[in-house]
Amino acid sequence: MADGQLQFDEREETGTRVLYLKGDLSVQTLARLEPILARQPAETVLRLDLSEIERLDTAGAWAIAQLEARMQNAGGRLDLEGADQPQRQLLETVAKALPQPPEDAPRRRSLTDRLDSLGRSTVAAGLFLAELAHVLGLFLSRLGRTIVQPRRLRLTALVAHCQDVGWRAIPIVALMAFLIGVVLAFQGSVQLRQFGAEVFVVDLIAISILRELGILLTAIIVAGRTASAFTAAIGSMKMREEIDAMQTLGIDPAEALFLPRILALLLMLPILGLVANVTGLFGGLVMSWIELGISPQMFFIRLIEGTSVNHAIVGMVKAPVFAIIIGVVGVHAGMKVQSNAESLGRMTSASVVTAIFAVIVADALFSIFFARYGI
Amino acid sequence: MDGADPIIRLRGVRNAFGPQVVHDELDLDIYPGEIVGIVGGSGTGKSVLLRTIAGLRRPQAGRIELFGQDALAASEAERTEIDRRMGVMFQDGALFSALTVRENVEVPLRAVTGLPARLRRELADLKISLSGLPYLAGDKYPSELSGGMRKRAGLARALALDPEIVFLDEPTAGLDPIGASAFDSLIRKLSGTMGLTVFLVTHDLDTLHATCDRIAVLAEKRVLVTGTMEDMLQVDHPWVREYFHGPRARAALATLERTG
Repeated sequence: MADGQLQFDEREETGTRVLYLKGDLSVQTLARLEPILARQPAETVLRLDLSEIERLDTAGAWAIAQLEARMQNAGGRLDLEGADQPQRQLLETVAKALPQPPEDAPRRRSLTDRLDSLGRSTVAAGLFLAELAHVLGLFLSRLGRTIVQPRRLRLTALVAHCQDVGWRAIPIVALMAFLIGVVLAFQGSVQLRQFGAEVFVVDLIAISILRELGILLTAIIVAGRTASAFTAAIGSMKMREEIDAMQTLGIDPAEALFLPRILALLLMLPILGLVANVTGLFGGLVMSWIELGISPQMFFIRLIEGTSVNHAIVGMVKAPVFAIIIGVVGVHAGMKVQSNAESLGRMTSASVVTAIFAVIVADALFSIFFARYGI
Repeated sequence: MDGADPIIRLRGVRNAFGPQVVHDELDLDIYPGEIVGIVGGSGTGKSVLLRTIAGLRRPQAGRIELFGQDALAASEAERTEIDRRMGVMFQDGALFSALTVRENVEVPLRAVTGLPARLRRELADLKISLSGLPYLAGDKYPSELSGGMRKRAGLARALALDPEIVFLDEPTAGLDPIGASAFDSLIRKLSGTMGLTVFLVTHDLDTLHATCDRIAVLAEKRVLVTGTMEDMLQVDHPWVREYFHGPRARAALATLERTG
């Protein structure tokens, strides 16, 4: 479809204005056709001769129909000549289909609209927290029921999720913690050397990894891996109405889906945190040895003498809380998926962001709490 | 349409997925301005055939002529030109979810050089209205529309550049009977006024009755027969007979005869 040709000729014949159009009246020539038609005076009579038109498509028909409508509104008239049967039919169809924009233009956003949307988002935030509490409550009640009747536990599912959440995450968590240990040792040694206090790098590494970084970074990695996996798995089941089907078959989704997942996370995150602590200290040890010449024996002596076991306990106490946060957020986001694929993608990324954010907020609250009580 | 050159001409087309052969030695002619319905059992490759002709899939062997041009030997520029003269409506509309319906319809119009944004918008509105959607639907996102409206929006986008051939993949699947018959008459009307050639893949016997000039039956890896509805009733092939003489077919025929 090369660029179409369009020629026109305007004449005055026996008192009426006549417009001859030749060539293509199509979407290709519309940009040239429209100004010609737009400058025709609307309140007179115009004869439009289409006998030399080679091609007329809906775009061309639209331009003519627009002109006709404009002239009719202004009291003029458009006479069409030389259009063949299919062309006339097309013109008629297009004229009938001319879009009628609704009269009332969209209102500007007023102050009440803004207040309204502020109120709505506040309520939505409150509802969101309430829904999270609902999922947490479901989990705890099913957990309680399972403790009373251990036979209800879906052991196969639990083990499978433990493998997914825990075992498969070990390589990435270990590598991450090792590198963090290396970085801490390196950065710490550069700073502490200025004071001739290189040996305290061990305290620096031990306290920061055991107390904060080991478990926090593990939780962040697990949030990225597992919250998204929970959301995607439960969300796609929700999307295909599998969860509704479970309910009609008398299977409790909370017991069959939520409990094994969150419980697996609850069991595995402390172990992953421990792995991170050990590999983090190992990374620090290696770097201290290379960079500062602190021998491994020296490192261990300093570690045991200088670092209270409280730091490790403070770190590990957070693990179950992080696990529940990640699990609840992931499961909740999965249950919010609607029946289209976009919402699955949206909720998956939202669950990761929310889980990481919530983990960091919880960690900050823990810090404040422990600082208050001097632990 | 007798004597005219076919607008789509397939010769010896072969499509296979690994060892599984879907089409073999498949021939089909479609003439300008006709509405051809493609029927066939599940897995006979109706959608594969549509995708092959529409250029989304290269057949393993055979020849495809579109508008008298060899589509498989066409250069990239020629292929773009051919694509511009065809429109495809996918089963669920396949609208871009990040764009509103109007923006979706504007996408193909952006390829027209020198078309100002205002005209593009108004043309999109016209196509939306021609497809039978209300004006306000143009501002909505695909996820806010019902299945039937999404199909109409998909049709509006397929028709944006006034193509000569439109491919419709199961246009009435999942629609209620009222929506389906409205869609049938819409296809008929648009094909009549715009001179469209329609390649229609369907399972819906009512649609076949109401819209199609000719029916092509896919079976045994090729186009088994083509012909009008009346011709189909005479065909002596087990699948064809079961399809067109089954209880559903009789019901559809009966309604058609009653309404004339």
